[in-house]
Amino acid sequence: MMNKSTILKDRLEHLFVENRQKITQHDLPSVTRRRDKAMKFFAEKGFPHKKLESWRNTDLEPAFEREYATLFEPGHGDISIDNVFKCNIHELETDQISLLNGWYIDRKHPLREYGNGMIAGSLAEAMKKYPDIVEAHYGRHASTDKDGFHALNMAMAQDGFFIYVPDNTHVDKPLQMVSIINRDKGLFIQTRNLVVLGKNSSLTMVHCDDSTNQEAMFKNSVTEIFADEGAKLEHYKLQNLNNQSTLINTTWFRQMKGSSMKSTAITLNGGLIRNYTHSILDGAGASAEVFGLYLMDRTQHVDNQVFIDHASPDCYSNELFKGILDEEASAVFNGHILVRKDAQKTNAFQNSRNILMTDTAKSHAMPFLEIYADDVKCSHGATAGQLDPEAMFYLRSRGICEANARLLLLYAFAGEIVREIGIEALRTRVNDMIRMRLKGELHICETCALHCEGPNKDILFEIDMSKI
Amino acid sequence: MLLKIEDLHVAINGKEIIRGLNLEVQAGETHAVMGPNGTGKSTLALAIAGKEGYEVTKGRILYKGKDMVDMPPEERAREGVFLGFQYPVEIPGVSVTNFMRTALNEIREYRKLPPLTASEFLARLEEKKELVEIHSKLTNRSVNEGFSGGEKKRNEIFQMAMLEPTLSVLDETDSGLDIDALKVVANGVNALKRDDNAFVVITHYQRLLDYIIPDFVHVLFDGRIVLSGGKELAVELENKGYDWIRKEQA
Repeated sequence: MMNKSTILKDRLEHLFVENRQKITQHDLPSVTRRRDKAMKFFAEKGFPHKKLESWRNTDLEPAFEREYATLFEPGHGDISIDNVFKCNIHELETDQISLLNGWYIDRKHPLREYGNGMIAGSLAEAMKKYPDIVEAHYGRHASTDKDGFHALNMAMAQDGFFIYVPDNTHVDKPLQMVSIINRDKGLFIQTRNLVVLGKNSSLTMVHCDDSTNQEAMFKNSVTEIFADEGAKLEHYKLQNLNNQSTLINTTWFRQMKGSSMKSTAITLNGGLIRNYTHSILDGAGASAEVFGLYLMDRTQHVDNQVFIDHASPDCYSNELFKGILDEEASAVFNGHILVRKDAQKTNAFQNSRNILMTDTAKSHAMPFLEIYADDVKCSHGATAGQLDPEAMFYLRSRGICEANARLLLLYAFAGEIVREIGIEALRTRVNDMIRMRLKGELHICETCALHCEGPNKDILFEIDMSKI
Repeated sequence: MLLKIEDLHVAINGKEIIRGLNLEVQAGETHAVMGPNGTGKSTLALAIAGKEGYEVTKGRILYKGKDMVDMPPEERAREGVFLGFQYPVEIPGVSVTNFMRTALNEIREYRKLPPLTASEFLARLEEKKELVEIHSKLTNRSVNEGFSGGEKKRNEIFQMAMLEPTLSVLDETDSGLDIDALKVVANGVNALKRDDNAFVVITHYQRLLDYIIPDFVHVLFDGRIVLSGGKELAVELENKGYDWIRKEQA
């Protein structure tokens, strides 16, 4: 009998052939060529599986058990994001762009030029309007010959976000990218995003991945980000998905001389989430900071993979991932730092720390340093353990009950990442969400404006913090 | 009687450290517990506070007539017991202010008192900071994180002042303090002394007792109190050391 992943693979291959016309209709010629090549790889290798080293601890089989439909055209007409999702980060002033089920939501105005010169909107539209920019970057920073998901995305993705910031342009207002999945039946979605930052430009992106119902979904998203010389990017990912969801989220950075990026992923809920972050430090003095915080319970699984390619001298990279794992939740951290022969004076650090609340929660950490230069400073570390019993006793000896003492320590543990959030309103909101999540009061309908009957309220981390 | 310890036996990992200890403390009194290293002074303090792993195998710890042996540490604290730690724990990410506010409100809730308002809390915070000469920024920092030895101990006394316990056990609060810090700590304790509370000061040296004058001095040796007396006993111990007790016991 064929396994489910092979059945899905065969079906997608078939769908690709059947819908090739639709898929390629807005393509630049180079994009179509890349699609065909990538599909060939996918047909040959299929989806990744546990026998592959980088997938050893992440089991996709349960995700393949579910039924998914695929859309080759937008599934919605002319609707506004406000009908589906309302961001409740008060005082967070952003420009917002949105995808619904993988398609740019605003069909009438798919691409917008802002007063400061920034262009943001639909990638499919950008292929038509700004072919030169797309041509120069699309598929050039991402690899498609290593992982089936990357290839599948290259082959089949039709839309996603496109963001372009011209040279010397500072975008003051954060750009909020909202990806909503809302369909009455499970969906398999490929989205593709392209972000191009000109020389000495700066941008802050807040990327929210939210479910607005409890339907299964499988999203395979690839983002390419090009940061030209001196560009500065702050990138926040907020992931709050239902337990039936699978998110494979891949981001490829290419960073030129003196550019800097800081990427922070806050994972509050999700069935299976894999964040793969790859950065090539392709010019001297570039810096990459990659942070992650995840709070998982039940059988949720989060997998953070980071590959930092120090291809130039004088570059800096720092990775810090922290997680709280309750019940049977599991987490993976694979960090690979490659320091190439000429990348002298490299500073590269990575650290992963997990708190396991139960005997059945699991964390796997695999730090890996591959160093060919001789004048470098590199370090890595990984810990997994319980809350410090000495700290627990200290708090309790002052009259704080065990549950609240635990909550204080967990909140403080998460705080190290939250403090790195540079936007105050967002930091406050994330703090609130973490508090709610730890108390079991956060669920995915929190942000949904549909007010459907809603799933039963999820009760997690049964800790009462009302007195704190 | 505020505290009455009867024939207390405490074992850690099956090894008996306290071996039949008796101690009585009345409200309004200050007791000093002295003794050489490794005789069970800290074990006694931690057993009173209720630390996990400090197993009471025999005897009772009566506080206001109630046996505390089976009480969790937070309940002892809410009843009015305070331990000043010999080695205060660093808690990154939890500010002193937040810590104290949480603790105070839980204690007040236990005593069926309404929570302090923000302004009441801040007023108390400022008052008590002055008492132990804590400069303003310390309370915004994470509990004990990066504190100097003196700051850690002062922070213990500050917490004691904030929580206003009835029975305070200070475990070697003088260790690692220079003379100025020692005076600040002692002044704090003296200012908090009242007719309705009591202090048990555990110390290795007589030095602290120049500033905190005890009503009683006890010598702890090999898990028992082997000698009790007035404050002059501390001076005698300072002059003669502990060897003569060791010889007498042997």
